[in-house]
Amino acid sequence: MGWFDNGWGLSLIVFLPLAGAIGLLLTPRKNEAAVKAISLLFTVATLVLAVLMAFRFDFGNANEFQFGTSLTWIESINSGYHIGVDGISLPLLVLSAFVTVLSVIYSFNHWPEPHNPKGFMGLTLVLATGMNGTFVALDLVLFFVFFELVLLPMYFMIGIWGDKAIMKIPGFNREAETRLYAAIKFFLFTLFGSAFMLLGFLALYFKSGEYGTRTFDIPALIELAPNFTGTFAFLVFAALFLGFAVKVPMWPLHTWLPDAHTAAPTVGSVLLAAILLKLGSYGFIRISIPILPEMAKQWAPAIAILAVIGIIYGSLACLAQTDMKRLIAFSSVGHMGFVMLGIATMTPVGINAAIIGMVAHGVITGLLFFLAGSMSHRYHTRDMARLGGNMKIMPIMGGILGFTAMASLGLPGLAGFWGEFMALFGAYSPLAGLNTTLFRTAMVLGAIGTVLTAGYMLWMLQKVNLGEPSEEWGDQHFHDVDPYEMTAWVPLVVAIVVIGVFPRLVLGATNDAVVSLVTKAFGG
Amino acid sequence: MAPDIDYLALAPEITLAVTAVVVLLLDLFLPRRQKYWTAIVAVLGVSFAALPLIALAVSDVGDRAMLGGSFVVDDFALVLKGLFVIAGYLVLLMSVGYVESDRYYQGEYYFLLLMSILGSMVLASSRDLITLFIAVELVSQPMYLLAGWRKGDLRSNEASLKYFLLGVLASALLLYGMSFVYGLTGELTFAGIAAEGAGKAGEPAFIMAILFIIAGFGFKVSAVPFHFWAPDTYEGAPTPVAAYLSVSSKAAGFVALLVVLYSAFPDASGVWGPAVWILAALSMTLANLTALRQTNIVRLLAYSSVAQAGFMLVPFAAAATTDAVGLGEAFAATVTYIVIYAFMNLGAFAVVIAGARKTGTGDIEGWGGLGSYAPALGALAAVFFFSLAGIPPLAGWIAKLVMFGAAMGAGSPWMIALAVIAAINAVIALVYYARVVKTIWMDPVPATAPEEEVRTASVAGSLGLAIGLSAAVVVVAGFFPSLVTFFSDATKVLAGG
Repeated sequence: MGWFDNGWGLSLIVFLPLAGAIGLLLTPRKNEAAVKAISLLFTVATLVLAVLMAFRFDFGNANEFQFGTSLTWIESINSGYHIGVDGISLPLLVLSAFVTVLSVIYSFNHWPEPHNPKGFMGLTLVLATGMNGTFVALDLVLFFVFFELVLLPMYFMIGIWGDKAIMKIPGFNREAETRLYAAIKFFLFTLFGSAFMLLGFLALYFKSGEYGTRTFDIPALIELAPNFTGTFAFLVFAALFLGFAVKVPMWPLHTWLPDAHTAAPTVGSVLLAAILLKLGSYGFIRISIPILPEMAKQWAPAIAILAVIGIIYGSLACLAQTDMKRLIAFSSVGHMGFVMLGIATMTPVGINAAIIGMVAHGVITGLLFFLAGSMSHRYHTRDMARLGGNMKIMPIMGGILGFTAMASLGLPGLAGFWGEFMALFGAYSPLAGLNTTLFRTAMVLGAIGTVLTAGYMLWMLQKVNLGEPSEEWGDQHFHDVDPYEMTAWVPLVVAIVVIGVFPRLVLGATNDAVVSLVTKAFGG
Repeated sequence: MAPDIDYLALAPEITLAVTAVVVLLLDLFLPRRQKYWTAIVAVLGVSFAALPLIALAVSDVGDRAMLGGSFVVDDFALVLKGLFVIAGYLVLLMSVGYVESDRYYQGEYYFLLLMSILGSMVLASSRDLITLFIAVELVSQPMYLLAGWRKGDLRSNEASLKYFLLGVLASALLLYGMSFVYGLTGELTFAGIAAEGAGKAGEPAFIMAILFIIAGFGFKVSAVPFHFWAPDTYEGAPTPVAAYLSVSSKAAGFVALLVVLYSAFPDASGVWGPAVWILAALSMTLANLTALRQTNIVRLLAYSSVAQAGFMLVPFAAAATTDAVGLGEAFAATVTYIVIYAFMNLGAFAVVIAGARKTGTGDIEGWGGLGSYAPALGALAAVFFFSLAGIPPLAGWIAKLVMFGAAMGAGSPWMIALAVIAAINAVIALVYYARVVKTIWMDPVPATAPEEEVRTASVAGSLGLAIGLSAAVVVVAGFFPSLVTFFSDATKVLAGG
């Protein structure tokens, strides 16, 4: 298995989906069976390789990059094709491959309008390459390319297959379809952030040495971390912060998220919530903290404050929603707030919390968006005032919704618990030198946030699942969960339970890597 | 005594000149229905002109200088000549169907286009003010005529006249500035000017001369505030001619700027750096803001090309505050940008020609739903427009990266400010590029769209080839940027880097 370990395995995980997309390009549009077969084949092959990698991963050396390779790519700027996984990226990589397969399976029976499986699957596959690539890239330019690669497919997904309802554009005296507004808003916000992120990357490059020794290599830059100090480092951190914080998204840069999530087709929302948001928080852990540790420490209180605002604001906004999908979208703002709070503590506990929180949010909110999509597919509305009594109409779907909502509100024993609990726990004793009072206040506010989360999730369940079905559904027949949905959802339900009961599955991989990262950045 | 002539070094120019004359003569004898032969000869001639370029590139003689150092074939000249040949080739391919269908004077059209390409080839080698001026004029003069080629259309008349008047003004400014330089240094070759002018960077007359020259070339590259001709001329001119103006003619202006500023005035970079800083910032910002309001796709591309010129000027501004290495990097950054811009912008214009035929209109609104009845064309339009916006994995991103790199590498606060201005402009530009793609893919087919046969008629073969070649470069170079940076790195010789 030499070939697998020295870069080919990882490269296949990244580029197999792209190869699948090229395969789809050559497939006639009418031949839907072939389109389905190709997209399933390539995503499943990617998942198999990712799982194989998890089994072959040397957990004793989780802090080292494995399965990697480093090749010359752009010689003139000394940027290389440097890839590898460590304990931090491995769970996210597997998550990404996992959710992609489920999204493909779910799509088979739920093509959004306008019906165009070839285009839709092609974009999903390109998206997969961008997501997997971001998690394995160890070169800033390569990271940037993969980070941006997800923009185009998601833009088209939202814009072509998105919600066609007419909305008023805020700030303009005009109306447009929600999908068009949401697509460009998503694109512009992210591009705005990443343009500055790129400037930050370039600044690091030029500071990394004299001409000829300059590098974009992430491990090399981590070694050079002591060189990055003062105003320079402050501005670079700010630039990277813009890029990553938009993606997470952190309050107050989050406004693209509810629109994009609500407007996107179901699979788009799932991938957006489950994976794309993680690219931002992953960037903080992989790039900002280890390369600019001094600044990370200096910025930590600000990040914590914004994170807590995100938690409280997200929860309160949820309580004000009438649209079920929009509620779930806002819940992401809150959950990612916990992730960022964990990162802000700059401690092993907090960063471990962030990663398990990311994985848990991926499976839980992914499933919630699947459910919201399937329900609006059946009821043709997402208005919670009109839904109700779902348990009586579709008991299985209602049951899964109830289960997932419980996981989302952080019920112990399910996946969502660990991220929130450990983030709060980490905030109790942040990194030495950080303002303990501030972080403990953040902890208390975060704890209030968990109560609010429970509040809006139960409120949603009450509105949607419980009570008597409204009369308008009286004489209609509803199909409960179909086999495709079952195939896509059961693995997620299992993952939620398994991670909840056995968090070591994630933490076992991440812990060593996180401890080594923190030690290296902030000293023993 | 006759001067030594290196015929191999001149072979590309000679091939083009001969082809141009053959095309003109052939046109006299061909019956009307067989005029398409002029196109075939022109395409073949440009292809043949590439052969000596390859021979020169692989030969180990090194730089070939002749005519007292006025005409030099070095790596810079070769790379840019290669670009001009390929760009000219693509414009010819785009022209074939266009010119044939509207009963233009085909022979003369190709003759003029070939002469302009010839001018750009000479330009890349010219190393003195007079050769440079003649080459620049040879690029522009045929374009004054070609811009007005759609004789029956008033807008084409306007295009030609506006371009002619402003172009002549630019030439006058250029000559005026050059005469100052000659008066002050007594030299015409760039090497001589650089040597003589070393201590003169502070003299008011010398500064004025440099500013006049920048203004003159500012018209050629259509940088704000010298861009007023561009939108009207692009809109009125035949679309392939607009494509040529926005790529080859603009690139020619940049080549002239590169050789003059970097090799004739290397010690005066403190003068031209700040001047170009202003041009770059204005071009990016004003053109982008104006482009937001355009409804015609060619006008949109015109403003977009002005904004892109602003991005290309950014590395020049860096030259004022950087060291020798940075100078080379800045130089290479502009060349990289020009090369990538050439392919993506030619592709965009080719798509516009094909799309205008299918939709029957140049109004962006009329392009609604193009993706539903012409998915391949719609996808390629997305490729070119998002590449112009600089979105990975399309080649435009590497152009933006090296441009930002040149600015950040200089490190001075002014340059970082310019990089930030450029970053914000890259985001603004996305709005109008994405709007075209949105219309193509996300809007319904408008009621005014032509009937089914027109919409689904296949694209002319030569035009399709032009689109395919450009798209291949844009996609492949996006994944393997070294394909472009390898060449632009070779051009650094001229900046001494």
